[in-house]
Amino acid sequence: MFLTVHMPDGTTHRLEALEGWRVMEVIRDWGLPIKAECGGACACATCHVWVGEDWVAKLVPPTSEELEMLDGAFNVDERSRLCCQIIMAKELDGLEIELAPESLAEAPAERLAVGG
Amino acid sequence: MQANEASTDVIIVGAGPVGLFAVFQLGLAKLKAHLVDILDRPGGQCAELYPEKPIYDIPSVPVCTGQELTDRLIEQIKPFEPVFHFGEMAAALDKTQDGKWRLSTDLGTVLTAPVLVIAAGGGSFVPKRPPIPGIEAYEGSGVFYAVRKIEQFRGKRIVIAGGGDSALDWTVNLAPIAQSLTLIHRRPEFRAAPDTVGKMRALEENGLVKFEIGQPAALKGSDGKLEAVVVKRQDGSTFDLETDMLLPFYGLTMKLGPIANFGLNLNEDLIPVDTEKFETGTPSIFAIGDINTYPGKLKLILSGFHEAALMAQAAHRYVHPDKTLRFQYTTSSSELQRLLKVA
Repeated sequence: MFLTVHMPDGTTHRLEALEGWRVMEVIRDWGLPIKAECGGACACATCHVWVGEDWVAKLVPPTSEELEMLDGAFNVDERSRLCCQIIMAKELDGLEIELAPESLAEAPAERLAVGG
Repeated sequence: MQANEASTDVIIVGAGPVGLFAVFQLGLAKLKAHLVDILDRPGGQCAELYPEKPIYDIPSVPVCTGQELTDRLIEQIKPFEPVFHFGEMAAALDKTQDGKWRLSTDLGTVLTAPVLVIAAGGGSFVPKRPPIPGIEAYEGSGVFYAVRKIEQFRGKRIVIAGGGDSALDWTVNLAPIAQSLTLIHRRPEFRAAPDTVGKMRALEENGLVKFEIGQPAALKGSDGKLEAVVVKRQDGSTFDLETDMLLPFYGLTMKLGPIANFGLNLNEDLIPVDTEKFETGTPSIFAIGDINTYPGKLKLILSGFHEAALMAQAAHRYVHPDKTLRFQYTTSSSELQRLLKVA
């Protein structure tokens, strides 16, 4: 199962993902610099991504809580999601997302081992 | 000594859960502490990010919210009478002639102590800056992230951006004194308290507030003087809002801030420490909680609590080099129970 991430610096990364993991966790655990300040609690807006047009309808729609937190993100549109609220599933194999600039960490996150 | 100067045993930067529990552990060692925090209340991330979110991994507390954890820590450390300096950012650090640390805040408070503890988590909470090219040029003249002096806004054309409590509160408070006030937000729903939203809607009906759906996309002006905000609608089209001031309220984000200039070794914005005392490479400066790093570090509140306990033992040696700290249990020591004001 794979995930394609476009970073604000123009680089693209194809990351192996595990079913049941939050997209934010997959990005963080591969060591890409994602801010994700609240750690996945839907309590900040620093894992804002734009999902590929074709994927918008395939995702579980955002909760009202996620929509509220998106008020703290910039350049929000219909492709905007907080990627801590997207859970990897078989149907999402190949998911393509772009990380919003404000969600870029200033320093790379610590790389942790990814199982599987 | 002036009113905004104080001398204490330990200065703690950060009043999050770990900074608060450090007061407890230092207190058992009869050390007094002053705490500095940029937020206006204790709790750090627990107060700012998770006040109502459940936390499940505090030993013996199956579930509590960030606010409950903060409230309980405040109650637990009350006997030790910590002194808080809220709404202040630790701005500069130097040494006094007699070798103590002197910490100055951005509001002019000066604290001196033989020991400094950095419990600053992910850094200072500062306002989010919209990713608008060239916005820095207008900050302080046409772009403001907070309202300090309300008179500065009298008679001005104002644009407020955002949908939370700060955006709505300031819309309601500034509308009566502004020449004009336009609130822009990406959608017709607001996160802010329903009561405040009702007040904004009433002002809108009276023509004192204009509401537009959209997000700030660009700024127009010259020589640091803001002239207009370019607003992007949901359909991608844009329009100009002529204005003197833009107040973006998109919440807070964490930045390491001036701690980076304290002369400490940093490893990707984290402070390396030993795992015996949680001391930094600079003697008598300790770092505990999310801000430190060491092999095997886990960013858990409980790890920070452990780090605070070991730090306090070492801090005692700096404050009282001539005294030995006898290790005691709160359950059995009448001395500790007196300190806790329970005996």
